[in-house]
Amino acid sequence: MGIQGRVMNRINYIFNQKKDILNVYFTAGYPTFDDTIRVAGSLQDAGADMLEIGIPFSDPLADGPTIQESSSKAIENGMTIHKLFHELKDLRKHVELPVLMMGYLNPIIRYGISEFCEACQRVGIDGLIVPDLPIQEYLDDYREVFMEHELHNIFLISPNTSEERICQIDEWSDGFIYMVSSSSITGAKKGLESRQLDYFNRIDKMNLKNARLIGFGISDHASFSKACEYAHGAIIGSAFINQLKNDASQEAIKNFIKSIKN
Amino acid sequence: MKYQVDDKGYYGKFGGAYIPEMLYPNIEELRLSYLSIIDSDEFKNEFEELLKNFVGRPTPLYSAQRLSEKYQTKIFLKREDLCHTGAHKVNNTIGQILLAKRLGKEKIIAETGAGQHGVATAAVCALMGMECVVYMGEVDMNRQKPNVERMKILGAKVRPAKSGSKTLKDATNEAMRHWINNPVETHYIIGSVVGPHPYPDMVARFQSVISAEIQIQLQEQEGKNAPDHIIACVGGGSNAAGAFYHFLDNNDTNLIAAEAAGLGVSTGRSAATTQLGKSGVLHGSKTLLMQTDDGQVAEPYSISAGLDYPGIGPMHAHLFDTGRAEFFDVTDEEAMQAGIELSKLEGIIPAIETSHALAIFGKRRFGNEEVVVLNLSGRGDKDLETYIKQGKY
Ligand SMILES: Cc1ncc(COP(=O)(O)O)c(C=O)c1O
Repeated sequence: MGIQGRVMNRINYIFNQKKDILNVYFTAGYPTFDDTIRVAGSLQDAGADMLEIGIPFSDPLADGPTIQESSSKAIENGMTIHKLFHELKDLRKHVELPVLMMGYLNPIIRYGISEFCEACQRVGIDGLIVPDLPIQEYLDDYREVFMEHELHNIFLISPNTSEERICQIDEWSDGFIYMVSSSSITGAKKGLESRQLDYFNRIDKMNLKNARLIGFGISDHASFSKACEYAHGAIIGSAFINQLKNDASQEAIKNFIKSIKN
Repeated sequence: MKYQVDDKGYYGKFGGAYIPEMLYPNIEELRLSYLSIIDSDEFKNEFEELLKNFVGRPTPLYSAQRLSEKYQTKIFLKREDLCHTGAHKVNNTIGQILLAKRLGKEKIIAETGAGQHGVATAAVCALMGMECVVYMGEVDMNRQKPNVERMKILGAKVRPAKSGSKTLKDATNEAMRHWINNPVETHYIIGSVVGPHPYPDMVARFQSVISAEIQIQLQEQEGKNAPDHIIACVGGGSNAAGAFYHFLDNNDTNLIAAEAAGLGVSTGRSAATTQLGKSGVLHGSKTLLMQTDDGQVAEPYSISAGLDYPGIGPMHAHLFDTGRAEFFDVTDEEAMQAGIELSKLEGIIPAIETSHALAIFGKRRFGNEEVVVLNLSGRGDKDLETYIKQGKY
C-alpha cells in the first residue's frame, strides 16, 4: 500500500500486484433491483480482479442489444443513480476490489457533477468510464472535480484512434486505458481476428505509461487469454450479462468466472 | 454573429461534441474539412446546380391572399413543399452527399422520422449511385407507410428501430450505432440541426438557402429584404434554422418557432421541448432535452412523426435561452385544423409538421401592415392517412 503514508488508489495497486486482470462489467439493478451488491460480492468471491458497475440509461449509444436490454430492464426495475448510491453505501464492507462506474453523461449531469463525484467517493468508487465524455470536455469542465474526489477517469481508444491522440489520452489517464477491440458497439462476438491482433501489437509497442485493458467482444477463455498476451488484462461485459440473464446465482457466477480464467 | 456557432462548436451553453471515442475520427474529419469543402467554388457550383435542376430551386415565395385576409396581416409562404421529394430536407441531403463524396465515403446511413429525410437521402443516394441504409422507428414506419415504400423504390434499405418509443430518437440511436460499427467507409447524413458539432452548423448552412432566397424574393415583391416575422415548425429544427439563418443577427426580424404539444403540454403526451426540457446531452450535443428527474430521456409524443423528438438542436436551445425567438406549443388538434384551413383557403395540403407552424396564426396577432413569412416546410402527401383518420374536413 501507500509508500508516502497515503493509500494508493485500488486501480493502480492492482496493476502493481497482478497480471492478466479480469474486469467484469454488469448493469446496476439487473437482473433484479437489489442484485447489485450481491453480484459484486459473487464476482469477487469467484476471482474477478476489478468491477465495473453500469448505470442504466435509456439511450446507451455505444452499447449493443445485450447491454441495451439489461439497461432497460434495470430502469424498469426502478434503478436510478440515487437508489444506486443508496444500495452501494455498504459496498466497501463487502468488496475490496477496485470498482469503476460506467455511465452516460446525461443522468450524471442531471444528478449534478459534483454531487455525483462526492457520492462516488463516499461509497468507495475508484474510477469512472463515461463513454460520451470526450477528452477536451473532460479537461475543460470535469477533471478538477474528478480529481478532487480521487476518481480516475478511464478513456477509450479504438483501432481508428490516431497515435497522436493516443499519446494525449495516455498523458491524461491515470489507472488504465480501455482499448476497444474493434470498431464496434459492445456485444459478444466470436474470437479475435488477426487485424485486431495487429492493432493490439501496434499499441503494445507504443510504450504507453498506462496499463491497458482490452474490451468489447471478449467473451470466453480463448479471447480473454489472447487479450492478456497483448495487454494487462481484459474486460468482459455482454457475455457476463448474458450469463446473468440465464442464471444469476452465486454458483453460476463462480462457474462463469472460472471458465474465463482457466 | 451572436447566434452562430462559436469556435468550440457551441451556441452559448449548448452544442459541443459529446460522442464516444469510436466516432471521434469521423467527427474530427468533418470538423476540420467541412468549411473548406463547402466554401470551395467547385462544391458551390455543383451544389447550386443540383438545387436548381434536381430540387427545382428557387422555391416560390407565395403571397397567400386569402390566408392574409383571414388573419389581417401580410402572409407569404416559402414553398419548400415544392422541393423535389416534398420537403426542405433535400437541401441538406444534397449538401451532405456531395461532402461525403469528397471525403471518399462509399456508403450512406440516415435516420428518419416522418420519412421525408429518409426519402431525400434515398433520392440523392440513387442519384450518386451510393448504398443507402435508413433507420426508422417501427411506429413511424406504420404511420408514414408511403414514405417507407418510396425509400425502397429509390433503392434504400429501411431498417426498423425497435427500442424505446420506436420513433425518431431510437432511429437516431440505431444510426449512430451503425456508424460506430462502420466508421471508415460510411458517412452519416443527419437530417436536422442536431448531433455533435459540426453537424448543427453544417446542416444549418445547407438549409440557409431558404432564407437567402427569402431575402431576394421579398426585395422583389415588397421592396425590403427582411420580414417582420418569420415562422417555422421545430422538430430538430432544420427548416427553422434555414428560414431564420440570414435573419439571426437582424433584430428587426422576429423569429417564431412552433413545437409539437401533442395532446397538450401537461398531459405527459407531448414533444414541446422548450416547455418540458432541461439541459442535457443526447445524440452528441448538449441541448434542451425532455427527461425524467433521473436523467432518462423521456419518450415524446406528437401526431407528427417529424416533430416527435425529445430534444431540439443546440442553436434553437440558445435562441430560446436568450429570448431571441418566441416559442409556441401547438397541439395535434390545432395543427390538424390549421392544415385543413390552409388546404381550403389556399389550395395547399401541408405536411402535418408544417401545420404546427400554421397554427400560430390562431395563437398570436400580427399587425395589418406587417410582413410575415411562414416556412411551408413540406407537403401533406405522406400524411393523407392521418388526415383521413383525424382530420375534420
Ligand atoms: C415537412 C417537415 N417539416 C418539418 C420537419 C421537422 O424537422 P426540422 O425541425 O429539422 O425541420 C420534418 C421532419 O421530418 C418534415 O418532414
